[in-house]
Amino acid sequence: MADSSLPSARAADVRSSTLVGVLIGIAIMAAVDEIVFHQLLAWHHFYDRSTPSVALLSDGLLHAAELIILVGGFFWFADLRRRRALSNRLAWGGFLLGAGGFQVFDGVVDHKVLRLHQIRYGVHLLPYDVLWIASGAVLLLAGAGVVWWARSRRPGPR
Amino acid sequence: MTVAGPLAHAGHGAAGPTWFPLFTVALVAVGYLLAAVRDPRGWDHRRTASWLVGCALLAVAVGPLTQLPDNPSGHTAQHLLLGMLAPLGLVLGAPVTLLLHVAPPPMRRLVGRLLRARPLHLLAHPFTAALLTTGGLALVLLTPLYAAAERQPVLHHAVHLHYLAAGYLFAWSLAGPDPAPRRPGLAVRVGALLAASAGHAVLAKYLYAQAENLPPGLADRDPEAFRSAAQLMYYGGDLAELLLAAALFATWYHSRRPRPSPPSSPSPPPLIKKFASPEGNSLTQTS
Repeated sequence: MADSSLPSARAADVRSSTLVGVLIGIAIMAAVDEIVFHQLLAWHHFYDRSTPSVALLSDGLLHAAELIILVGGFFWFADLRRRRALSNRLAWGGFLLGAGGFQVFDGVVDHKVLRLHQIRYGVHLLPYDVLWIASGAVLLLAGAGVVWWARSRRPGPR
Repeated sequence: MTVAGPLAHAGHGAAGPTWFPLFTVALVAVGYLLAAVRDPRGWDHRRTASWLVGCALLAVAVGPLTQLPDNPSGHTAQHLLLGMLAPLGLVLGAPVTLLLHVAPPPMRRLVGRLLRARPLHLLAHPFTAALLTTGGLALVLLTPLYAAAERQPVLHHAVHLHYLAAGYLFAWSLAGPDPAPRRPGLAVRVGALLAASAGHAVLAKYLYAQAENLPPGLADRDPEAFRSAAQLMYYGGDLAELLLAAALFATWYHSRRPRPSPPSSPSPPPLIKKFASPEGNSLTQTS
């Protein structure tokens, strides 16, 4: 409102900026999980025999959704930038929120509740699980902090 | 049976009408090129390139210039190329638009009537098309159809033709630049992509898990070969989904491009003036 030189389009879109960050955070974390733990380290298994069929279904749905979110998120991001409606700080905060949220979700729901696969095989799992979920929680808190900080100093949208 | 299976399969690979599909692909590529050159409005070279990439992928899939290995992984590569990657290239080539540019008026009217036909709208709905691609694939791989297609060349070609047609229909319904009357909105199309991709991923993992007895009806099987084929199917499906999603969201991004209104062109002011001045006059006259 303050700068009337450039009307409406100039103001950062708070909700969209945060949400697009969350989406890209989720998708990037899922991609890192796939590339690092499945492909490079080969700790996770493609499929382990204990997987029940409901888990197989939800796994397929999540996996497909992650890729769509990755592509859609980046196109939305590009659209917001083009319209100069993107707040970088909020997007970064959202990114951390999404990445941490995915990590916690993966650690709790995929590994422990649905038992799709474990972090690593043939080792004592507890420290791995604790580290996995705790690192996700740290990212989640950091993201919440950044979003809160960015929203409290709103009159400087970038 | 146990002897006839592999023998018959080896036979259809060596002899038979193996050059016919490649010839058809070449014909389609040349036909498109001729039309593109003759387009009076000038045809976008990127569309031509896309079409040719699609044709090249088809050529790889149908052989015999590049012989894909005759094992489960080879067959999976073939289905990925025919049903997912080549159709996207072809669809982005916008062949119907090109046809509308160069065809004589009666032909154009016919195409227009075809595009407005109800059955086509039902068939080309994203969810119908998703069902035809992924559902068709599931039907082939989870029933004895796969084993039967191994033995009978005609059925084999029919299955391939179905992969290609359904894949084309799906890509067009999601992201085709060609005219598609009554195409549903973004949410429906994203939902269809999600359903088809999830179905494909689940099918691939299920085949991996059940490699000892799926696809059913095979005389002699090597579960390890089917497991690696299932993994190829899973990751190949990801690649196809990624490309399709990019094409789909690119159409959305393109449609939201801001119209160049702020640096207003010199045409609107005179128009406004033209309307304003008589009205102003009349207003002053009446008052």
